[in-house]
Amino acid sequence: MECQDAAPLLAARADGQALTAAQARELDEHLDGCGPCRARLREQRAVSAALRQSVPRYPMPEDLRTRLRAGLPAGEAAPARSRWRDLLQGATRFDGLRLGGAFAAGAALALGLQLFVATGGRGDRLADEVVSGHVRSLMAQHLADVASSDHHTVKPWFAGKLDFSPPVTDLAAQGYPLTGGRLDYLDSRAVAALVYRHGPHLINLFVWPADRPGSAPLAAGTSRGYNVLHWQRDGMNYWAVSDLNAGELKTFAGALQAGA
Amino acid sequence: MEPALTAAPFAREFDRVTTPHLDAAYNLARWLTRDPHDAEDVVQEAYLRAYRFFSGFRGGDGRAWLLAIVRNTCHSWLARHRRPQAFQDFSELEEELAAPQDDGPEQQLLRECDRQQLVRALTQLPLDFREVLVLRELEELSYQEIADIAAVPIGTVMSRLSRGRRLLRARLEGHGEG
Repeated sequence: MECQDAAPLLAARADGQALTAAQARELDEHLDGCGPCRARLREQRAVSAALRQSVPRYPMPEDLRTRLRAGLPAGEAAPARSRWRDLLQGATRFDGLRLGGAFAAGAALALGLQLFVATGGRGDRLADEVVSGHVRSLMAQHLADVASSDHHTVKPWFAGKLDFSPPVTDLAAQGYPLTGGRLDYLDSRAVAALVYRHGPHLINLFVWPADRPGSAPLAAGTSRGYNVLHWQRDGMNYWAVSDLNAGELKTFAGALQAGA
Repeated sequence: MEPALTAAPFAREFDRVTTPHLDAAYNLARWLTRDPHDAEDVVQEAYLRAYRFFSGFRGGDGRAWLLAIVRNTCHSWLARHRRPQAFQDFSELEEELAAPQDDGPEQQLLRECDRQQLVRALTQLPLDFREVLVLRELEELSYQEIADIAAVPIGTVMSRLSRGRRLLRARLEGHGEG
């Protein structure tokens, strides 16, 4: 195999995708003897990791979500897009990516502040929603849609049901066996709910993609007698809720972060 | 779900299938049009199209189905609204690509380059490459799903991802500025 034949396969190798056994073997042989292609493979992985870490996944603006649904009458009369557009023209056009380099930093800063303002008070509301989700799951005897202690069963179950793939970690060895997973609805979106057990106590762990990439430290709170923990890691939001005491719940969060 | 549904359950079913994927739909439109207002127009158009075509949806992966419609809407929208743009073919792009040094500090480089540079570099990448990278890195779709959405063979997905990542790194290093 020549370098030019290996080139397109490097992405697939880096992504763990779609190579036939023959392709994989030939690529291995080529890589063994070709330093530049080994460097190109590292490059594939590095660019991929950097994109995943740093590039924003733009969530749909709430008002657009509302308009979409409102604009779905019984089949006829396409909504007046031009009218929406006219309304929007009045609003300030503000987009960091369209501005030149000199303004980009300021734009990002302003955007960051906006996000911060927009999320003010959101934590409390979410903590409430999370506790409600927990209580609901216990009351309705609807803990799990997929009951399994095997994360190789639980993780694939979510595929096609969610627009993201939640990390599923088994913590049986640490004293928190996984008992299953289900879909739940929080923060106006479908989220993954993972259920762990610790003695007689149940822990609901809600996971969904965060608005912004990166990580955020552990924050603890209580609501209606339940302990709630929140953190963000690798662009995912985590909310853990349980009647476990705060210390034990933190141990659980620690084990989860160590195991992920 | 058979199209024998009356209007209300039909709309409810459509809502159920599409709602989990609206962020993905917007994100794709946002990256392909490179403009938040254009993305809104495209998503609205795509959503109505999806509603009209929904009786043809045979179940299965609602995300890939919706994203394919968004992707096609983006492409026809871009063709209608195309700003004059110099044609740049692949062979020209290849010249930007210096092979990384043997034990080159790629990881180091990418750690140091900041988020804005990365966003700008991805934004400026040609559409074909940007599209597969967004579907792969941000939506975390499989090659097969990307091939279905972009209506290209899986080998094309592979080579576009390879080249796209190499181009991106080259541009971050400053070889491909301009």
